[in-house]
Amino acid sequence: MSRLHRFFRTPEAIAGALILALLVAMALAAPLLFPGDPQAIAGPALLPPFQDWSLPLGTDRLGRDVLAELFHGARTSLAVGLAAAAAALLIGAAVGTLAGFASGLLDEVLMRVTDAFQTVPSFLLALAFVSIVGPSLGVVVAAIALSAWTGPARVARAEVLSIRERDYVAGARIIGMHPLEIAFREVLPNALPPVLALSSVIVAAAILTEAALSFLGLGDPNRVTWGGMIAEGRTVLRTAPFLSIVPGVALVLTVLGVYLAGEGVVESTAVRRSLS
Amino acid sequence: MTVLLSIRDLVIAYRRDGIEVPALKGVSLEVLAGERLAIIGESGSGKSTLALAVAGLLARGARVGGTIGWLLPASAGAKAPLSVLPDISPSRGEIGNSGAGSLLATSKIGEGGDHSVISPLEGEMSGRTERGAKDRQPSALATSQPRLGRDIGFVFQDPSSSLDPVIPIGKQIAEVARTHLDLTWPDAYTKAKTLLERVHLPNPDATLRAYPHQLSGGQKQRVAIAAAIAAAPKLLIADEATSAIDTIVQAEIVALIRRLVAEDGMTLIFISHDIALATTLADRIAVLRHGELVELGEARQIIEAPRHAYTRALLDAHLGLDAKPLLDRQGASA
Amino acid sequence: MSLLAVSNLAKRYRRGGKPFAAVDDISFEIGPAETLALAGPSGSGKSTIAKLVLRLIEPDAGRIDFEGGDFLALSGAALRTRRARLQMVFQDPLAAFNPRATVARVLDDPLRIYNIASRAERPRRIAALLERVGLDTSLAARAIHEISGGQRQRVAIARAIATRPSLIVLDEAVSALDVSVRGQILELLLDLQRQERIAYLFISHDLGVIRAVAHRVVILDAGRIAESGDARAVIADPQSAVGKALVAATPKLVRTSQDAS
Ligand SMILES: Nc1ncnc2c1ncn2[C@@H]1O[C@H](COP(=O)(O)OP(=O)(O)OP(=O)(O)O)[C@@H](O)[C@H]1O
Ligand SMILES: Nc1ncnc2c1ncn2[C@@H]1O[C@H](COP(=O)(O)OP(=O)(O)OP(=O)(O)O)[C@@H](O)[C@H]1O
Ligand SMILES: [Mg+2]
Ligand SMILES: [Mg+2]
Repeated sequence: MSRLHRFFRTPEAIAGALILALLVAMALAAPLLFPGDPQAIAGPALLPPFQDWSLPLGTDRLGRDVLAELFHGARTSLAVGLAAAAAALLIGAAVGTLAGFASGLLDEVLMRVTDAFQTVPSFLLALAFVSIVGPSLGVVVAAIALSAWTGPARVARAEVLSIRERDYVAGARIIGMHPLEIAFREVLPNALPPVLALSSVIVAAAILTEAALSFLGLGDPNRVTWGGMIAEGRTVLRTAPFLSIVPGVALVLTVLGVYLAGEGVVESTAVRRSLS
Repeated sequence: MTVLLSIRDLVIAYRRDGIEVPALKGVSLEVLAGERLAIIGESGSGKSTLALAVAGLLARGARVGGTIGWLLPASAGAKAPLSVLPDISPSRGEIGNSGAGSLLATSKIGEGGDHSVISPLEGEMSGRTERGAKDRQPSALATSQPRLGRDIGFVFQDPSSSLDPVIPIGKQIAEVARTHLDLTWPDAYTKAKTLLERVHLPNPDATLRAYPHQLSGGQKQRVAIAAAIAAAPKLLIADEATSAIDTIVQAEIVALIRRLVAEDGMTLIFISHDIALATTLADRIAVLRHGELVELGEARQIIEAPRHAYTRALLDAHLGLDAKPLLDRQGASA
Repeated sequence: MSLLAVSNLAKRYRRGGKPFAAVDDISFEIGPAETLALAGPSGSGKSTIAKLVLRLIEPDAGRIDFEGGDFLALSGAALRTRRARLQMVFQDPLAAFNPRATVARVLDDPLRIYNIASRAERPRRIAALLERVGLDTSLAARAIHEISGGQRQRVAIARAIATRPSLIVLDEAVSALDVSVRGQILELLLDLQRQERIAYLFISHDLGVIRAVAHRVVILDAGRIAESGDARAVIADPQSAVGKALVAATPKLVRTSQDAS
């Protein structure tokens, strides 16, 4: 049975995959459906949704098209979420593998650094980083990655430590394999699945962190973000609640979709593991 | 000797990736009350499948056909008053020997089975229920069908897998005694301590409080045996119970099982792939191969005059301390 | 001239904070094409000795000479080169291979690492190795978990002989196998020994198996040598307490009428 088949066995996984597919489609279609600048004025200010079919979701305080903003916001959310998670996983896996292999002093140092990062609340860390360096997409990605790599690092280290003791690693040494080849060809691929299992949580957290930073005005000012939209809408929450509700729902759905799809992946690989 | 268990045309197939894999292909076998029966055969021959079927522990999704009939004596530790089953299955005649005070219960299993027969095992054996072993038995028939833990003790090959790593040894054994013997916790603990003494664990008081990881493999297996015999079952099944431990400890465990079975008058089904080990313990030996019973006989007859070529091959493959060394068969090499 | 000479080997571990000797003052020698068995109850230090001999762990004291050189003095690339001559087969053949590996990859690794054959020539060499251990060459494409335990152990032997070693350490290499499969694997090992003059350090707690294949035996007890000597002589008349206990514990088939011998 293929892995894909196994993935689509649970309704949660299907729901998650559908939401994610929709999100990706939105992100990809945004420049085609809304080629202009989403931050440009498109009509009268505070037009409620479903009134004018050229502006289906209405307009915001400055008369910008909410639907266009929503589509372009999906782009930012997805890009930042994926990039930050990828960076966090990469840093984490590298640090964890190194620490697990090196043992001794290097392990000690790396793990103390990890501890230090973990004791600071991750959002504060990201906040501080962006406030110091200044808001731009790259900085936001770096800030989120910086606050999220410790989890993967710990998991990778624990995994490497246990795999290192397996017979097949001893076997690789006995046939004269170089230590680096053992680390990256024999151990790392087998240590990765539990690390990758963290990715859904990290992507979801990254999307939320990005939204929160934008909400606080620390997002990239040249891009539309859902967090920024919510912040915008907050000032007119009583008269035009939809301005906050629409991006808010999009955010919740996205995080839910990422989480469900992630669970599906974990589930399908878990079955695989128990079978072998 | 009376028959404790009568297995008729037992067919079991597992489903794996949509394909049916036959594990037992029509095995018929009677287990006598009080005997020590060894089941031997190579890996994959169906030994564990047979044992699990008898204990009602088969994996979900296993397809089962044939019957497993029980003849439990009235004193089988049952608390509820005995009842006679309204309908006794067609296999009664085959079993014959259902003397007074005995109760016959047969599970008719498999597709198109006779549904007028009350057969609580049916659901579980065809894997249609998901419940754990403990609550698998409908209470109304608790007296007629054997219950795992109370009527059947099961010892697995790997003791770590049957012991809970985070619960102290004493509590795990006491739990079995409490559930099946209706004891209070203090009484169950006293019972657990006696059991640890019976399986010759040093310092039972300390062991009661120990966790599985603090014991050696051989000690863990003794604990597993203590838990299996806690409710004084009629039948003890040991599935490769000594395969994972060294020869010296293995000999001790075998001696322990022999003594416990003799003291409590238990029936023993001992599963092993080591024919020599089987003969040190068993009255009768059943030889399985590719899911079929190829030979069944007295242990002496099996080793002295095997009738089947496969049994003979198994005997020849045994490397005893009196066998001709392979080194010599091939000519000197050093 | 001995192939492997181990002298006064010692390895200490900590247990509950207190150091204890897992291996204590062990000395033995193995000659070319000879089988030396290590026997002893669980925890007596058999596997620890195997790991020390293979330099998977470092001893606290002692000396290991292999093929006439100080084996403990080697490190880095020199050690990796020398390892071609000293191989190992593990008890659990499933744990001994990368779970993602195929049979072909497992056999390709040593050929590649030691430059034994060019990339183009390796598939042929792999097929030859499979044939040498009595396996069908079509097995090469299978994943390690897709073959039976006996086949896996043959693959492990094929990998061990790929680098043309002079000594193979077998740590309980046949303990997990069925009697019939076990017999075939033992025959294969003896055949390799005769044809390629490979020596074995054969670890087992089963005296029946040791008696069938080993020339000499060392019986261990709690990290020390309890007794040693000609395998059949020691097993026929053990002098040490552990030796006696091991012999007594070995299951015996009492065949009277149809005796094998
Ligand atoms: N849960 C299962 N699902 C699918 N197939 C199974 C399952 N359990 C056992 N089998 C298959 O059924 C056959 C009989 O297995 P069984 O475990 O009864 O053999 P065994 O004689 O106990 O072997 P061993 O000596 O290795 O324990 C084998 O071919 C096995 O692969
Ligand atoms: N890494 C380790 N740390 C601490 N103690 C260890 C370690 N490895 C082995 N030991 C201990 O050293 C002793 C010898 O172990 P070893 O594995 O060599 O025994 P063995 O003779 O191979 O036993 P078995 O037959 O069970 O495989 C045991 O008491 C064991 O608990
Ligand atoms: Mg089995
Ligand atoms: Mg060992």
